[in-house]
Amino acid sequence: MVTTLPAARRARHVAEQVPDPELPMLTLADLGVLRDVELTEDGTVVASLTPTYSGCPAMAEMRADVAARLRAAGYARVEIRTVLDPPWTSDWITPAGRRKLTEHGIAPPGPAPHGGPVRLVLSPTRHAVTCPRCGSANTEETSRFAATSCKALWRCRACREPFEYVKEI
Amino acid sequence: MSDDHVYLTLAEGHEDDARWAYGTGFEDPLHGVDTTVPQGIDAGELAALCVALADDALVSAQRLAEWITRAPELEEEVALANIGLDLLGQARLLYSRAGQADGTGRDEDAYAYFRDAADFRNVRLAEAPNGDFAFSIVRLLLLSSWRLAHFERLASHPDPVLAAIATKGVKELAYHRQYAAEWTVRLGDGTEESHRRTRKALEQVAPYLGELFTAYDVRDEVVAVLRQVTQAAGLPMPVYRPLPGSGRDGQHTEHLAPLLAELQGVARAHPEATW
Repeated sequence: MVTTLPAARRARHVAEQVPDPELPMLTLADLGVLRDVELTEDGTVVASLTPTYSGCPAMAEMRADVAARLRAAGYARVEIRTVLDPPWTSDWITPAGRRKLTEHGIAPPGPAPHGGPVRLVLSPTRHAVTCPRCGSANTEETSRFAATSCKALWRCRACREPFEYVKEI
Repeated sequence: MSDDHVYLTLAEGHEDDARWAYGTGFEDPLHGVDTTVPQGIDAGELAALCVALADDALVSAQRLAEWITRAPELEEEVALANIGLDLLGQARLLYSRAGQADGTGRDEDAYAYFRDAADFRNVRLAEAPNGDFAFSIVRLLLLSSWRLAHFERLASHPDPVLAAIATKGVKELAYHRQYAAEWTVRLGDGTEESHRRTRKALEQVAPYLGELFTAYDVRDEVVAVLRQVTQAAGLPMPVYRPLPGSGRDGQHTEHLAPLLAELQGVARAHPEATW
């Protein structure tokens, strides 16, 4: 039995404001990592998180940050659950999250591939990524892997600036 | 920029926990996941499968990490390290699942640091030394194609935890395979020197292929990918020459023990240490 009193909404609001450790312009809610916040009958706040990548070293940070923020907001009993299914997809980044990424010079992801066996495509079929600084579509990938698991490195041929790009997954 | 001080939000204190720096304070990666093994699943078999898949990933991650400071270009170093990190994450989840399933409650460190080479169940292709960049790329192509095909099947495994780990892993492995495939084409279709060395790499991986194909029924898919990539690269298919024995039975080459010595040295010298 779960209550939906204002206290539950407040707990949700507190958890939703926790910044992502790797992309701190986003909250965990913007990133889609925070899946659920509930207040149980005995007063425990249960927050559910879904990891972005299997090896994401920020996961332990996120758990600790959510728990610390909730305790600081007066919730003595906090439980953090990991939810693996369904797996995180970049489609869960909210419209607000995408806008904040662009404002900070990071190109947001396009739609993630869906369903079926993953086919290997060797011909260049990748869509153009828009430069988050000048808006040009005349861009190219420099490395599919970057400073964090979730990003790739690109550069803009128009304004000549390098930029990061959150990969579709 | 709307907020130049966005990283300051991270500087808040962590007075109420034991983490002394970012990325420390490792805890169970399956923290808060329902760990019940469903009825009708042989828990011992599930644990053994998880350990084998975790060992492949851990040993591969260690070899990939050896490229750090040695890769031909910074971008490739970042890529290989990222791929290794994904695999290390998969290994952590799988070890945790194994410890829950076999009833020992062993944590990921017990599996990674306190078993000897004969207890490891990784395929021998994973433990082979890095060799040159071409060998590492061809090995990555094979291992990622093979693991991807296998994980696609495991996504419908009756154990929901293993199925979830595999479903997640498929997305990551697709990126790994794409990277290795594109580099194989670039090297095979590149200079005379890069073509020669990639051809040699295909000869060097050939003895390990049998082990991949006997373990799970994904041979046709892996061969199809290999054919697609070698054709695009102008390279011949490797000739199948199986080695006797299998890493899945704990039979390893002389290369695994030194790899583990480096991986496990600190944990064994300071068994009470935390990080």
